[in-house]
Amino acid sequence: MSEGTLYDKVWDRHAVTRLPTGQDQLFVGLHLIHEVTSPQAFGMLRERDLEVAYPDLTHATVDHIVPTSSKDRPYRDDAAEEMMAELEENVRESGIEFSHPETGEQGIVHVIGPEQGLTQPGTTIVCGDSHTSTHGAFGALAFGIGTSQIRDVLATGTVAMEKQQVRKIEVTGDLGDGVEAKDVILEIIRRLGTEGGVGYVYEYAGEAIENMDMEGRMSICNMSIEGGARAGYVNPDETTYAWLEGREEVPEDGAFEERKAYWESIRSDPDAEYDDVVTIDGGALEPVVTWGTTPGQGVGVTEPIPEPEALPAEKVDTARRAQEHMRVEPGDTMEGYEVDVAFLGSCTNARLPDLRRAARIVKGREVDPDVRAMVVPGSQQVKAAAEAEGLDEIFTEAGFDWRGAGCSMCLGMNEDQLEGDEACASSSNRNFVGRQGSKDGRTVLMNPRMVAAAAINGEVTDVRKIKEVALNE
Amino acid sequence: MSDELEIPTVESVTGSGVAIRGNDIDTDQIIPARFMKVVTFDGLGEFAFFDQRFDDADNQKDHPLNEPAHQDASVMVVNANFGCGSSREHAPQALMRWGIDAFIGESFAEIFAGNCLALGMPTLEADAETVTAIQEWVEVNPDGDLEIDVAAETVTYGDTTVEVSVDDAQRKALLEGVWDTTALMKANAETVRETAEALPYVENGKRV
Repeated sequence: MSEGTLYDKVWDRHAVTRLPTGQDQLFVGLHLIHEVTSPQAFGMLRERDLEVAYPDLTHATVDHIVPTSSKDRPYRDDAAEEMMAELEENVRESGIEFSHPETGEQGIVHVIGPEQGLTQPGTTIVCGDSHTSTHGAFGALAFGIGTSQIRDVLATGTVAMEKQQVRKIEVTGDLGDGVEAKDVILEIIRRLGTEGGVGYVYEYAGEAIENMDMEGRMSICNMSIEGGARAGYVNPDETTYAWLEGREEVPEDGAFEERKAYWESIRSDPDAEYDDVVTIDGGALEPVVTWGTTPGQGVGVTEPIPEPEALPAEKVDTARRAQEHMRVEPGDTMEGYEVDVAFLGSCTNARLPDLRRAARIVKGREVDPDVRAMVVPGSQQVKAAAEAEGLDEIFTEAGFDWRGAGCSMCLGMNEDQLEGDEACASSSNRNFVGRQGSKDGRTVLMNPRMVAAAAINGEVTDVRKIKEVALNE
Repeated sequence: MSDELEIPTVESVTGSGVAIRGNDIDTDQIIPARFMKVVTFDGLGEFAFFDQRFDDADNQKDHPLNEPAHQDASVMVVNANFGCGSSREHAPQALMRWGIDAFIGESFAEIFAGNCLALGMPTLEADAETVTAIQEWVEVNPDGDLEIDVAAETVTYGDTTVEVSVDDAQRKALLEGVWDTTALMKANAETVRETAEALPYVENGKRV
């Protein structure tokens, strides 16, 4: 088993006791909740006559079902309105802070947590959402849970967990032009597989990670779960501390320095022991796009799509079905694959730097007339900051729809959905069949600049061939 | 009251099986997101694998869950990485409400397996060959019972008994009736408080 890693240290600090099952009871430092997975848990609490044990360590937002066209109430969709009303009632009754759309601080749960400084190194964070792994970018131990576990956390402030193994993934070298965090994680999943991380927590390390901004680290940790790892993290460093300083929920002045000492103390030791170590040459990567219907079915944009038969036996059948669904041929490249929709959004890639990079591709150009393109900022604060820089104008002048914050077309729970067999260049995290709201829809995952380039050209494009335009930042 | 909640032990599951073939079957397949616009889990059963079971006009397609012979199945036999993707407990809830009580598969996504355990549903693992043999048997014998023995970690079908594996914690939780952990953990409230207060970022149950 691992020893001296951040995972070990944070686990030990939060372990309450060993349960009869052999699992540890782990204290939860931050419980994030949203409207889709929490109402049933509140219902179970009521049935059992229990109250929320740590309301002050619980924080709510609404993201999955919110319309991104207008925040006017009641929502046009009755089901969405009911879910929102239920959440409002639950947080009011339990005294839980709520980043409500009226506060200007609403957004995707994995965007607002870090943004408000709720997410901090050395803490444990859970949420009824598999992309909770995102918060690991700050050196937090963060993972998704199901609704019965939400009930546990609400009632007790703790969760029953088995300790996992730790795999260190070292990404060496400097990422090339046009290559970013998204490409790194797609490559990791492609190599290690969609279930390669089951039973593991991923520690991302190496030069390429150390030189990455916090938003990039979040994109990587976000998709740990697509590789089967319930949690992933990066050791906190000066980049982390500088990003956090001054945020709403982060201690100030002397208290900040004191807290920083704690954050430093939970970093993995130089001689920490890992259960597995994998090295990836970041310098050799090109932009990665998916050709199939799992995030592990990725390929460099100029590389040929694999022959199913050339893959390991257990992947052949899935690959064949995926290629049929996506209508791609082995031997072709994804470059030139026609798209009908471009979606720039989601908890993976809808933060300010993501939008800025995409804007450099979009500026002065026009969206292909056959493409429906939209930008859905990750939070109201991201949206406001982008507007202050004039990014909204760059996108709208090019023909993008500039929308309100939410999960939107990543999973199609609001009105933003694919129709029929539309193909979508998407900065989101899942290309599962039906994921974006249409069971015949076709999703191609890629980084935000690649989405911008696909929107302009109407087809998957190697963004390295497009000249970036400077913004007036 | 929570302390009085009786949590049954799950020592065995016996019932007919249904095979759902394929690796990487994600929770968006098991329950498409549009059916999650609800505030309770009631009634999710009819939407299990909806897009595989019905076409655009809501006509039934070929799918094991549509076959009359499998309507009483209580054991789902699956392949690798079943339940990957979203953490939605709606997925096991939908399958449970459809009638499933236990899963046998090559492997399960972690959050999915955890959600199953929280509902008292075993997720037993076996190698690909063993699973395929069970799937084939189930397809030929839709009325035949599979007998799962959680303690012995075996599955018996027809004249065959095969070994399967159950994660240690899951096995203990099922056999001892502690798979619903709320009351168990609530009983440790004082130790929880002490653990919390020893952290640099918590004071009096609040973030500092």
